[in-house]
Amino acid sequence: MAASDVKLLSTRGSPFVIRPRIALNLKNIDYEFLEQPFGTKSELLLKSNPVYKKIPIMIHNDKPICESLIIVQYIDEAFTSGPSILPSDPYDRSVVRFWGSYIDDKWFSSLLATLKPKTEEEKKTAIEGVSTGIELLEEAFEKISKGKDFFGGDTVGYIDIALGANLALVKVVEKLNGVELLDETKTPNLYAWSEKFCSDPAVKDLIPETDKLLELLKR
Amino acid sequence: MRPHQSFERLAINIGDERLPKNNKRDRLMATDEVILIGFRGGPFSLIVEWALKLKGVEYEYLDEDLFNNNKSPMLLQYNPVHKKVPVLVHNGKPVAESLVIVEYIDETWKQYPLLPDDPYDRAVARFWAKYAEDKCKTAAFSVFATVGEAQENATKEAREILKTFEKGLRGKFFGGETIGFVDVVAGWIAYWIGVIEEITGINIVDKETMPLLSEWFQNFLDVEIVKERLPPRDKLLEKNKIFREQLVAAST
Repeated sequence: MAASDVKLLSTRGSPFVIRPRIALNLKNIDYEFLEQPFGTKSELLLKSNPVYKKIPIMIHNDKPICESLIIVQYIDEAFTSGPSILPSDPYDRSVVRFWGSYIDDKWFSSLLATLKPKTEEEKKTAIEGVSTGIELLEEAFEKISKGKDFFGGDTVGYIDIALGANLALVKVVEKLNGVELLDETKTPNLYAWSEKFCSDPAVKDLIPETDKLLELLKR
Repeated sequence: MRPHQSFERLAINIGDERLPKNNKRDRLMATDEVILIGFRGGPFSLIVEWALKLKGVEYEYLDEDLFNNNKSPMLLQYNPVHKKVPVLVHNGKPVAESLVIVEYIDETWKQYPLLPDDPYDRAVARFWAKYAEDKCKTAAFSVFATVGEAQENATKEAREILKTFEKGLRGKFFGGETIGFVDVVAGWIAYWIGVIEEITGINIVDKETMPLLSEWFQNFLDVEIVKERLPPRDKLLEKNKIFREQLVAAST
């Protein structure tokens, strides 16, 4: 493992924290995992991310980087070890960035809305939103993976990280609502992908167990 | 270096076909075909126009009839997920989402780089660009689309958000002494805050509370390439006054 001055401010259970952890693993970079106790924001956190006061925050050589997908891109650009996380062709890069943005700006709000809906109607709409997103990503997987295991091809890439970090949350939504979002027959590509993703060396041990996450979310 | 002239035309009804290739002028053009599908009544296509103009890239501009919510088949074909503008079509391949488009433009045409070279500086630029997109955009349009107490709250929030945004300035511009990624992505604010203020009668940004941001508004709008693409203010005011009335009526 390469030595470097990298710290990662995190809390348990956050899908966003999983993203830079996968990226750092892919690049074989050692880092100090600074867990923020639940419900507290340390001075370091507030100093490093005064705008949002949120985790994850990566601190590299004393300089803070915020926002999980921005951190992932930073890791890809700052460290030359390991595979590339984003593709090299500008058009392919625009495709992965598009889906990263879709996952965070559109799909994630549906995912969250299924957990704390104000009405049954709202819950139904939210679940539909999550489902639609998964269908779109299923289709995108076929085009982007070009027959390989991951969106990133042979290795875990940007979309894999962006989407995969939410897998535990997806399973929580499935459990709480008695629905199947990733299904062997309806979404065969993503179903197979999720197994490969979760067992990839850079990822395994990072995706929390569904029940544990459920417990954390209840707090 | 002077920017190339851009070819503009209004798309009235182009159906499912690509742009005609039987035109002599088109055959003589460079082999790169760049089309921007946008909407002059709104701010976000400007982001892409400024990026393209800075790099001297020739493009064909197609305006969508969005005041009448009339989306062209071409838009729906090239951005089926969001069905929104702007969309850049480069040699038949579409790119959607303004931040994604600007990074694509920056990586495809290397002259006048928008993002800095250093990975840390790039991360900072991406942070503020995202802040402008996630927070400033919502803030400005919340003030535009609301009335009464909701508008008061939206205004208070917008002022806080823009005050925070001001912290991203690295000198004259967000890009330092010359315009860069964040300026291009957020520059619409410099023009549109004034439009929103005039339509709503509300003051959002003033020189006392946000001196640096106010100065940036001026500096940005003074840039030749920026000025050239700005749609006429009176037209914007006229159309958006009506649009706001519709929005407010729909929500009450």
